[in-house]
Amino acid sequence: MKDISTKLLVIGGGPGGYVAAIRAGQLGIPTVLVEGERLGGTCLTIGCIPSKALIHAAHEFERAQHQAGGSPLGIRVQSPSLDIAQTVRWKEGIVHRLSGGVGALLRKAGVQVVKGWAHIEDGKTVRVEPADGEAVRVRCEHLLLATGSAPVELPMLPFGGPVVSSTGALSPETLPRRLVVVGAGYIGLELGMAYRKLGADVAVVEAAQRILPGYDEELTQPVLDALERSGVVLHLGCSVQGYDAQHGVRVRSARADEFALPADRVLVAVGRKPCTTGFGMESLQLDMAGRFVAVDAQCRTSMRNVWAIGDLTGDPMLAHRAMAQGEVVAEVIAGKARRFEPMAIPAVCFTDPEVVVVGRTPGEARAAGLDCIDAAFPFAANGRAMTLEATKGFVRVVARRDNHLIVGWQAVGQGVAELSAAFTLSIEMGARLEDVAGTIHAHPTLGEAVQEAALRALGHAIHI
Amino acid sequence: MGIYAIRVPDIGEGIAEVELVTWHVQPGDVVAEDQSIADVMTDKATVEIPSPVSGKVLALGSSVGDTIAVGSELVRLEVEGTGNLKENSAPAPVHQTQTAPVSIAKIEPPAATPARAAPPAERAPAPAPAPLRASTAPRGNAIVARAAGERPLASPAVRQRALDMGLELRYVHGSGPAGRISHDDLDAHAAAGGQVQSQGPAGYAERHGEEVISVIGLRRKIAQKMQESKRRIPHFSYVEEIDVTELEALRARLNQLHGATRGKLTVLPFLARAMVLALRDFPQINARYDDEAGVVTRYAGVHLGVATQTDGGLMVPVLRHAEALDLWACAAGIASVAEGARSGKAARDALSGSTITLTSLGALGGIASTPVINHPEVAIVGVNRIVERPVLRGGQVVGRLLMNLSSSFDHRVVDGMHAAQFIQAMRALLETPALLFVE
Repeated sequence: MKDISTKLLVIGGGPGGYVAAIRAGQLGIPTVLVEGERLGGTCLTIGCIPSKALIHAAHEFERAQHQAGGSPLGIRVQSPSLDIAQTVRWKEGIVHRLSGGVGALLRKAGVQVVKGWAHIEDGKTVRVEPADGEAVRVRCEHLLLATGSAPVELPMLPFGGPVVSSTGALSPETLPRRLVVVGAGYIGLELGMAYRKLGADVAVVEAAQRILPGYDEELTQPVLDALERSGVVLHLGCSVQGYDAQHGVRVRSARADEFALPADRVLVAVGRKPCTTGFGMESLQLDMAGRFVAVDAQCRTSMRNVWAIGDLTGDPMLAHRAMAQGEVVAEVIAGKARRFEPMAIPAVCFTDPEVVVVGRTPGEARAAGLDCIDAAFPFAANGRAMTLEATKGFVRVVARRDNHLIVGWQAVGQGVAELSAAFTLSIEMGARLEDVAGTIHAHPTLGEAVQEAALRALGHAIHI
Repeated sequence: MGIYAIRVPDIGEGIAEVELVTWHVQPGDVVAEDQSIADVMTDKATVEIPSPVSGKVLALGSSVGDTIAVGSELVRLEVEGTGNLKENSAPAPVHQTQTAPVSIAKIEPPAATPARAAPPAERAPAPAPAPLRASTAPRGNAIVARAAGERPLASPAVRQRALDMGLELRYVHGSGPAGRISHDDLDAHAAAGGQVQSQGPAGYAERHGEEVISVIGLRRKIAQKMQESKRRIPHFSYVEEIDVTELEALRARLNQLHGATRGKLTVLPFLARAMVLALRDFPQINARYDDEAGVVTRYAGVHLGVATQTDGGLMVPVLRHAEALDLWACAAGIASVAEGARSGKAARDALSGSTITLTSLGALGGIASTPVINHPEVAIVGVNRIVERPVLRGGQVVGRLLMNLSSSFDHRVVDGMHAAQFIQAMRALLETPALLFVE
């Protein structure tokens, strides 16, 4: 067996692992990265990027259909059709290009990439077994675990055949006629809406009484309206009992009625679980925080020189959190003083309309004992939104009453994902309402709603 | 709108200069009539200077720590009406009688420090980049006002720099809106010797860094007084042990009997009483010596200086006519003047005119001390801790409560024998406390 020695060994080539490896390489730390599949991890290969590609394709197809039906803008097109195989090939092209780009960045940073599945022998030794070829033993001073997460499987709906996870849903060979989505969280709704736009009949089953249970109702109402308008059927407060090809998905309602939802494909999107088993991590006996690996503000685990980042370490399971942690770890190993202590981590839900949450919602601020004011500015009063036919939704700001320090932003509407940059920056910089209100926002843009929300919280919005 | 200059007022007692201790306003602030704008310190007391008019602060004339002459321009205000200065007129130079640690005058270009010598014709066209300061308050050692558990507010770059510098942001004062910490705040904190976070178990880590602290305000006064006392007065010290067993028994009994109604007694009023009685026979010890005039003034009344530790440093408020006070009045008087000094509310008169001083380090232990005479007095009596010790009495070892008095005298006017006799007289009174009440 071939032996390699290095200072830093990263297990997992997802957004956390590859960012840590690139940064470590930049800092001159000899680094080896082990990845069993494609570089880029869930985010790049089976998550964020391909899902956004599919959502975009679905959006474009729906728009073409909309125009074929007679658009108020005066555009007329012939009845469009969809070649889903070509859509998937296009999406794969993007993934391929990005994954290749990550490989190039790692090479440029001097990181050695070892293809294969890692198995931890001890805190300083990892055996890597490639699908073909000789196994490699890597000895390291620092071991960084960045193994990510995997979709949760329901026991009564095991993955296989027509029952797919988000991964399977992102590479459909054909379009289902009737899709049942189990779970009305952001993954289920993003993909469910995309499939609906691509032409499938979509039903969503959710155990909670509302969609996107992580967000407040005011924020999710425009999404609920859009789901209803688009013809997605919601079964809230219902649990799934099982599936058979003949009847479809068996569902039990809150009143204990049972009914079946016919389906030729079922997407199970009920959450993700950290990947903590199957690669020998148990042998390290690391301290855990529930099902996650416990880490401190520098992403150190309970074992010296063993580090963990990303989905493995808890919520929010978001790529940008993992990336930021990866940078912190590389720099700490390089001897710099660093901590992972963001003021806010933005979360975006790419439904249509999109939902953005940064910092605290009014309810969370109240629960934290803060005396806050909040104000929303509707896109219905925003000129740019009208020209985009995107007047649904609003921007909301939450600020402390005593000193107007902004503690949270929420928005729902078309394209609001891009506002997350302004939201997060204002919170990290410690902006007050007056700071945002006093900043000139370009006209005509959706961003004007950001300034107007701040003005409204101060009691003098101009355009409402 | 006019310009109004507020000058350091004549605060009486022939005081010619004051030290600027605190600013209560900053450029841009709006002040109301009678609002306090600054605290200045005279020889004895801190005095608030109120604004005689309402207006907006344009500039400050001095830095904290500067010594400024009475009549110097302190603050310039923009006021309704005409004011007392012509607009654009060159400000009166701030007349500093001592070189302050950070003198504004020093960093001004020569053309701007102008003034008295220059003929008016030359001065007039100068646009006067005023030697008045229009900067913000000193930040380095300002108080951090942040609720427990609240995260300090700072941009990511400031947070990162604090980490690199090894500074804990939660100890840094934020001067920005909502208490936001800026790079400048961080610099000021670091310059003031900011609290550096420890890296791991720090018991044996090397420590670096120096902290320069300006000796200003009360501390400067204390330093000057002590130096003056030690330089001018040839001290000698005398230490005697006193058996206070009976005194303590009496004190406990009196507190038991009258504590609830008349207040609890400490040892100090008994000492004051013993001192008052003993001084009747040693008038040369209750005196002040003007060595320049060559005159010793002996006083009939005992104006007892009570050395008092305050937040700012040592002060000596005065209990007047201690000879006329009974134990409880004396106890109340001591408590009252000490509280006045600690709260900073003591009037100038309450801090001057003592004829002899009593200083107590009793609570802090110590066998003996060498107190420094409060110039121009000639004696100071220091009290050490009461301890229970085994003592031989009639061949028997018995436990007694013993206390040392450590006293210093001005050897120019008090002979050693008289000093010893004075302390022995006090001892006799304290060891037989009934004598304290015999007239």
